[in-house]
Amino acid sequence: MLIDWASFTPWTALSGGLLIGLAAAVFILFNGRIAGISGIVGGLLKPQRGDSLWRVLFVAGMVLAPLAWLAFSQLPAIQIDAGYPLLVIAGLIVGISTRYGAGCTSGHGICGISRLSPRSIVATLAFMGTGFLTVYVVRHLLAL
Amino acid sequence: MKKHFITAFLAGLIFGLGLLLSGMANPDKVLSFLDLAGAWDPSLALVMLGAIAVGVIAFTFIKGHSHSLLGEPLKLPAKSELDARLIIGSLGFGVGWGLAGFCPGPALVALGAGEAKAAVFVAAMLAGMGLFELIESRKQPNR
Repeated sequence: MLIDWASFTPWTALSGGLLIGLAAAVFILFNGRIAGISGIVGGLLKPQRGDSLWRVLFVAGMVLAPLAWLAFSQLPAIQIDAGYPLLVIAGLIVGISTRYGAGCTSGHGICGISRLSPRSIVATLAFMGTGFLTVYVVRHLLAL
Repeated sequence: MKKHFITAFLAGLIFGLGLLLSGMANPDKVLSFLDLAGAWDPSLALVMLGAIAVGVIAFTFIKGHSHSLLGEPLKLPAKSELDARLIIGSLGFGVGWGLAGFCPGPALVALGAGEAKAAVFVAAMLAGMGLFELIESRKQPNR
């Protein structure tokens, strides 16, 4: 294994992680809910009375984060190499499978592991595994 | 406005800022983390570590409570069995994640940063979630 030390950003990664953890903490302590993005967004597609506004506000906070960031500093790089067809395929897969799997990186990977949920630990191992495998196949076997 | 609406917005905002700061909102960096056989960037392991370190404290504190500090009912997943839906769904999610380097949260943040490609990903993701609801509602017509 070859570590790309030049790209390794331990301090921003760790402090960004602490912020993400803080957000999950705020959400469970005050709202009593898991900060799982796929579940929060997915719930908007099957609206139930009195169950939509908090979802919209959470999503609005996320979408407005870059704007809040811009008030203090330049935005960090966001580089998206995938072309449009691949983005559509990836988006469809992520959308349908996070609903079947009842969670994504946030709900299972962060909140679920934090509360030692066996389902979330298994889910995280599963999506990390296929994530690693997919990049291996795309970059090294197909060499796209 | 009720307080829990404000905290929902704040949680989303802090979450988004954390994704930006950590580098998770950048698919190029996510893919460098997922590329074990290439020039591996381990940064995102530290994102998980930092987030879980804080998460553990909050979830340990709230364990055993029935309501949040604002009096909202505590909604924790009740399911405990490892079913096929969980495993197949999660395996599939990893494939989609590895294809473009986007998972749901970072895609929303990149959309907010004005990235057209993120908007396309989010639209497709919403379509995928809608498809799920459609299939589910056909399976259980009285749901």
